[in-house]
Amino acid sequence: MLSPEEIQEIQTALAHCESNFAAGLDALKIVQRRRGWISDETLQEVARFLEMTPAELDSVATFYSLIFRRQVGRHVILLCDSVSCWVMGYESLFEALKKRLGIGFGQTSADGRFTLLPHPCLGACERAPVMMIDDELYGPIEEEMIEKILARYE
Amino acid sequence: MEITETVSIHIDGKPYQAQTGRNLLEACLALGFDVPHFCWHPALGSVGACRQCAVKRFRDENDQGGEIIMACMTPVTPGLRISIHDPEVLRFRAAVIEWLMINHPHDCPVCDEGGECHLQDMTVMTGHTRREYRFRKRTHRNQYLGPFIHHEMNRCIQCYRCVRFYRNIAGGRDLNVFGAHDHVYFGRHQDGVLESEFSGNLVEICPTGTFTDKTQKAHNTRIWDLQTAPSICVHCGLGCNTLPGERYGQLRRVRNRYHHEINGYFLCDRGRFGYEFVNSDKRLRTPLYRPERNIAQREMRLEELFQQAVLRLKNPGTIMGIGSPRASLEANYALRSLVGPENFYAGVTADEHALLELARTILTQGPARAVSVQEAARSDAVLVLGEDLTQTAPLLALALGGLGYQKAVAQARKVQLPAWDDAAVRQFGQEAKPALFIATPQPTRLDQAARTCVRAAPHEIAALGLAVQAELSKDSAAAPEAPEALAPDIAQALAKSERPLIVTGTSLGSPAMVQAAADIARALCRLGKSVGLICCVPECNSMGLALLQAKNLSAAFQKASEGRVDTVIVLENDLYRRAPAQAVDAFLQKAGAVMVLDHLRTPTSLKADMVIPVATFAQTSGTLVNNEGRAQRFHAVFPADETIPEAFRLLVELKQAAFGQGRPHLRPVLEDQRLELSRAFPVFSGLAEPLPSLAQPAPGGKVPRQSMGYSGRTAIHAAVSVHEPKPPHDPDAPLAFSMEGYEGQPPPELITHYHAPGWNSVQALLKYQSIAGGPLKGGSYGRRLFLQAPAAQSDFFEKLPPAIDLKAAERLLVPLHHLFGSEELSMAAPAVAQLAPLPYLALNPEDPLAEEGREVLLTVAEQTLCLKVKVMPGLCRGVAGLPMGLAGIPVVALPAQVVLTKGDAT
Ligand code: SF4
Ligand code: SF4
Ligand code: FES
Ligand code: FES
Repeated sequence: MLSPEEIQEIQTALAHCESNFAAGLDALKIVQRRRGWISDETLQEVARFLEMTPAELDSVATFYSLIFRRQVGRHVILLCDSVSCWVMGYESLFEALKKRLGIGFGQTSADGRFTLLPHPCLGACERAPVMMIDDELYGPIEEEMIEKILARYE
Repeated sequence: MEITETVSIHIDGKPYQAQTGRNLLEACLALGFDVPHFCWHPALGSVGACRQCAVKRFRDENDQGGEIIMACMTPVTPGLRISIHDPEVLRFRAAVIEWLMINHPHDCPVCDEGGECHLQDMTVMTGHTRREYRFRKRTHRNQYLGPFIHHEMNRCIQCYRCVRFYRNIAGGRDLNVFGAHDHVYFGRHQDGVLESEFSGNLVEICPTGTFTDKTQKAHNTRIWDLQTAPSICVHCGLGCNTLPGERYGQLRRVRNRYHHEINGYFLCDRGRFGYEFVNSDKRLRTPLYRPERNIAQREMRLEELFQQAVLRLKNPGTIMGIGSPRASLEANYALRSLVGPENFYAGVTADEHALLELARTILTQGPARAVSVQEAARSDAVLVLGEDLTQTAPLLALALGGLGYQKAVAQARKVQLPAWDDAAVRQFGQEAKPALFIATPQPTRLDQAARTCVRAAPHEIAALGLAVQAELSKDSAAAPEAPEALAPDIAQALAKSERPLIVTGTSLGSPAMVQAAADIARALCRLGKSVGLICCVPECNSMGLALLQAKNLSAAFQKASEGRVDTVIVLENDLYRRAPAQAVDAFLQKAGAVMVLDHLRTPTSLKADMVIPVATFAQTSGTLVNNEGRAQRFHAVFPADETIPEAFRLLVELKQAAFGQGRPHLRPVLEDQRLELSRAFPVFSGLAEPLPSLAQPAPGGKVPRQSMGYSGRTAIHAAVSVHEPKPPHDPDAPLAFSMEGYEGQPPPELITHYHAPGWNSVQALLKYQSIAGGPLKGGSYGRRLFLQAPAAQSDFFEKLPPAIDLKAAERLLVPLHHLFGSEELSMAAPAVAQLAPLPYLALNPEDPLAEEGREVLLTVAEQTLCLKVKVMPGLCRGVAGLPMGLAGIPVVALPAQVVLTKGDAT
């Protein structure tokens, strides 16, 4: 069931849209912000609310890589793997993260704390290499900083 | 309407003529150039998604470099200079297909599409013959999509045709595209049966083997081994054209046969997958006989039974023939000749017969014209009275579902957006709600495409119709009451339109409603409009039977009850689906002997004294008349089995043997039946005309039913004899049961499969049209019987149906129809039967008894039924819906007032 707050927020988003379809992405973001990810059940609830079919909404959901259709950890690390960051040392950063968390891309740490995802350009090339945890951008990052940064997340 | 002009364009340095208003791809294809393409389809228009149709455009004759453009996204303009064969563009096209093929599994040998695959054709055409990609391919999980469609996602090349068809044309909302970049996925949100009634068209729309026919897969036949012949769908009254394919004496599939005026590129799923009744174990395959009523039927050789039948017919006494709306004109006529016109009865009850006669009258007498499905698609205001079209006339529903798009096209034209620019037109016309009005007791699938829907009981729909007519005739100024309150709106939209259409039908059993539809059409004619009228009829030859002007089944019952019938011959008809069981029992009891000719075992055949199995449509030929009065021929796909005769031939032979009439030494042929028919009934006068290439023998002989790749012709019979048998002779058509014969493009009505050099898929169809999506070369076919000049003036029926006064606990019981479930033949096809609902009674949510699954009792026509309630939101109040034709639902004359009570269980 969508919570009253979720419904309220979605309705606000709807007011700015020409059709329910157009509000699909906003609605997914609203719900994901509260639930961390979009399960099949969640997707169906949102679709029902927007009078869309699950297929129609899932088409939107799966198109965007930042709508998570599988369960993610409590925090999502987006590691930039695009050109600037790659030049500036993304690979060693990736290695360090892998070792520290024991996971590769697309995986979630055993304690459910982090999910690690690649992201082609976070739009902060001037700070390369960068990564983003939840809404926070970090960069330029040196390997030694990793421990401290991760420690900020429960 | 669009104005086009012929302009001159240059292709690879040579001048050609092309039409404006078309895109360059269409123009090049029409000129005979093989330009590869995927995402463009004549029925879908262009979106420029696949980049396969690249050509080069030059600014002027001095431009040496040129630029690569997409032909499908480029309008034809005067003086256009392009190259199809420029080396750079050739390389580009080969590269495109190489990318598209990166993840393709190259599994043609096990793919059902293989041999008629557009992807194979295009790959060969572009010259991409070597695979360089050395890496891991991405793979997908396939989905279960129901009994009709097999899914093999790895074969997809991301052309988007499937979703564009399914969403935009079929209005389906459960198939979509998921993901992005190299993991784009076409399917459902979760595994499950595809919801659209038109899902089978994915098989032909998809240019690869991603979506294939699951029923064909189960029979496991390579397509080049199929024997195919032009046929007509036997599962509703629209008469869609089909191409069934046979191998080893079984039908293996049904494909669309393009008819420019009827089904175009599409079929519904009942028409496509209902064919398996031909192979079913419900088929009658051995003659049965019982000398006396009280003993069991036993098998008998055909020759013996034939002699028994002849003896019986020679008996003095009345013979009665019961015809059938699912048998051909010729078979019905042969029965009529055998028993004599005065003893021939249409195999439908008085009520249905009266409705069919009414439909025939309003369509033959005008002033409104009977229009085809595709003409309906071009209407600009449509009123549907009473029909749940998706269930009773599916292709018409598909056509009307496109009215919104037609409206968008018309609007887009005003801002110079061409009709073929699909994505742009759809974007532009998003809000375009067409003037489509639907009045039915229950919600319908077509509602989503309509501007306004009215839920009303049949008599109220008739009243609404009359109110619209009154409004158009300006006879009344009184403000009408609901549901008539909508009449002014509807009348206004119809009066404003240029091509109004009124659709009605027999499925609700309401003559008043059909008359009201005719009245509206008449009122519009008086306003000077060119009005189309469509009256849907239930079966493939309902209209043909109505034209034979026979008495009805109720009259036959009456006559028998007076005790004057010696022998009854029932032709391809299950009387227990026509009339209440007691009435049929009594009738069959009265008859001295009952002879049933049918292809399926039915409750009627179980009661017969003589049962002669006859061929289905797949093994005989004949003529069917569709709802618009179009007589169309279907041809045997494969020869009749020796022990299972063709009904019309058997009937003529019986007549010869019993009464020594006809030409006993000659095998009866269809042409003779048609000739006689045309003499007996002026309306059939056109039927005597021979098929095109019979009049002018085609060079090289008859049109072959088998493809050039037909394999194992000798080996097939090797177990019996190594000598190759002579192909059986077909006395009824210019078609051969053979690989050999006429090699060119046959006349349009004799096309047995689509093929052109380099084009092995259904896309080869464009080689049979002058312009893609246009009529077939050689013109239209099928004879319209109702084209006589419409009467200028005729009177309104203006029969207001009596008001219905429902007492407490009473509901008005109305028939509901199911695409899968209500039709007899397709229910013998396992894939279709699987999707049929269980018997239920539909109630409005506000009905006091509305509780999903609760058992209710109702008594109708002296029978008490116990049914589970299905709550149907939107169902008209005071109405209860009874699904027709399902096992366990008796035949009752509806609409009827019934009392509902709670069943014991609750
Ligand atoms: S499934 Fe077929 S029609 Fe759909 S995108 Fe793939 S290749 Fe095209
Ligand atoms: S619409 Fe009718 S005629 Fe056409 S395919 Fe379907 S059942 Fe057959
Ligand atoms: S490349 Fe990493 S932020 Fe742009
Ligand atoms: S056919 Fe033109 S881009 Fe696909």
